[in-house]
Amino acid sequence: MLAMNYRGPYRVRLDRKPIPVCEHVEDAIVRVTRTCICGSDLHLYHGMVPDTRVGSTFGHEFIGVVEEIGPSVKHLAVGDHVLVPFNIACGRCPFCRQGLFGNCHEANPLATAVGGIYGYSHTAGGYDGGQAEYVRVPYADVGPCKIPDTMDPDDAVLLTDVVPTGYQAAEMAGIRSGDTVVVFGAGPVGIMAARCAWLFGAGRVIVIDHVEYRLDFARRYCPAEVYDFRSLGDPVVFLKKITDSLGPDVCIDAVGGDAAGNALHTLFGTKMKLEGGSAIALHWAINAVKKGGIVSIVGVYGPTGNLIPIGNVLNKGITIRANQASVKRLLPKLIEHVEAGRITPRDLITHKVPLEEISDAYHLFSAKLDGCIKPVLVPPTARG
Amino acid sequence: MTHRPVDPSTIPGWGIDADPRNDPTYPMRDVSKETGDPGRPMRLPRQEPRVELLVSIERTDLPAVFGTTVPPSGLSGTIRRSAFRYSESHWAHWLMLMAADRVNVVEGVVQDLGRGRIPNVPAEMGVRAEWAHNRTGLVQKVAIVGALMGLGWLLLRRRAR
Ligand SMILES: NC(=O)c1ccc[n+]([C@@H]2O[C@H](COP(=O)([O-])OP(=O)(O)OC[C@H]3O[C@@H](n4cnc5c(N)ncnc54)[C@H](O)[C@@H]3O)[C@@H](O)[C@H]2O)c1
Ligand SMILES: [Zn+2]
Ligand SMILES: [Zn+2]
Repeated sequence: MLAMNYRGPYRVRLDRKPIPVCEHVEDAIVRVTRTCICGSDLHLYHGMVPDTRVGSTFGHEFIGVVEEIGPSVKHLAVGDHVLVPFNIACGRCPFCRQGLFGNCHEANPLATAVGGIYGYSHTAGGYDGGQAEYVRVPYADVGPCKIPDTMDPDDAVLLTDVVPTGYQAAEMAGIRSGDTVVVFGAGPVGIMAARCAWLFGAGRVIVIDHVEYRLDFARRYCPAEVYDFRSLGDPVVFLKKITDSLGPDVCIDAVGGDAAGNALHTLFGTKMKLEGGSAIALHWAINAVKKGGIVSIVGVYGPTGNLIPIGNVLNKGITIRANQASVKRLLPKLIEHVEAGRITPRDLITHKVPLEEISDAYHLFSAKLDGCIKPVLVPPTARG
Repeated sequence: MTHRPVDPSTIPGWGIDADPRNDPTYPMRDVSKETGDPGRPMRLPRQEPRVELLVSIERTDLPAVFGTTVPPSGLSGTIRRSAFRYSESHWAHWLMLMAADRVNVVEGVVQDLGRGRIPNVPAEMGVRAEWAHNRTGLVQKVAIVGALMGLGWLLLRRRAR
């Protein structure tokens, strides 16, 4: 089969690999019909995630048709078109049973802090991902969810990560009616977080980035007030000025370790990799938020550690809430929101390209060329 | 059950201020769901390990499923194995894995060449997209790299003379 093949930082290509087989009684093999590149994949692509082995296949956002099932799979049948949450979750461990499907303890031998994630380095379990024609799906009775007949596959593929992550970012922000919400990052996740902030009753939504076309998109789609941080001088001072000097009630970090905007963090975190990426957006979030306010983090950082102003978290009495999105927990509610037209995920897709163009798609998305917000790849076996 | 050297019931006022609403983790973590399905085994049988697996020393055993892609090999594999002598809490663990990743890139090129394949690095880096959407940037980058290589070549020639 054709599968993405990571060769090193900024180098990916499509190669032939054997079709995966069921390795566990509850596995399924899924033939991929759509797969996305995510901002999280960029951390791998930039060589920031430890234990990203050459020869790995990335891709944690995919939908597809069930081709084969293991002997104990009961809820899926061959031929079902399913959307597969990016978290590999057993549904039975103490964490899954509390709804923490992003923190399953039964899917990753290599790191206890990180759950199992498709195509996300050995630090996330060493699974091959969905940027391929076929993919192995463990715990097939737990994660995969049949795509409703009425749902557009382009909406479905964004329900595997972007929509739940954006939604959970807003949910963790503990927004109360009328709150002022600042979202750092106008990528797919930040845009979705800003859109969902309204569902929780926000009174004002502000989005910060430095990519003009993304800010334009956020202004119309979320809709939100948008600002380019390069033109703000000190973003913290600016945010206080426009929020009666006290700061926003909540700040959401939808940027993660690839944040731009501070030379020192870029040098230590992004270039030298002594930090788990650059945490400048998080730094701004902590220093801008109102005292007693909430900082919600969905931006991903490496496991090493980061320089952040933890002293001010204490001084200001800030509550920090963060997690990998618990996709399975949120799916029933989010499918309802999509079917009711309250969220329109597929509007984020700017590029739909053949899987064969994967090298160019990665570069386009990483370098933010051609107005790219979300690229979707379609394997040849799904093009008919 | 964890060993408890102190019996809580002997503490004056134990639990008097417990407040179930004081739970900032809800609804991400919903303990009310914790009952579970008694009819279902809580853990499935384990997948057969058929490749070398590296396991965090913070775990007591293997989980029921795990990935089997690209097992450790070569020099990078040796570094990775050493990294797994340290816990996830050690800087050394992650920095060694990062070092192994860099070594692994060189191994990848050697592996390609060994299979008679010269990796098309510009294509892997998406040069077509760069040409289509950022041509001036590409020309600039090529010019800078070309100039630096030319300069290096000149310096080497002067040294050699
Ligand atoms: N927690 C989860 O479950 C989860 C799931 C998916 C993605 N993520 C993470 O969310 C983050 C965003 O994902 P995405 O797909 O939207 O990625 P993306 O790379 O498309 O978007 C990030 C955006 O942040 C902007 N940015 C850079 N520096 C900034 C700064 N200092 N301030 C404000 N904006 C800045 C970039 O210009 C870009 O538009 C990533 O870190 C990703 O790994 C987390
Ligand atoms: Zn993703
Ligand atoms: Zn679990």
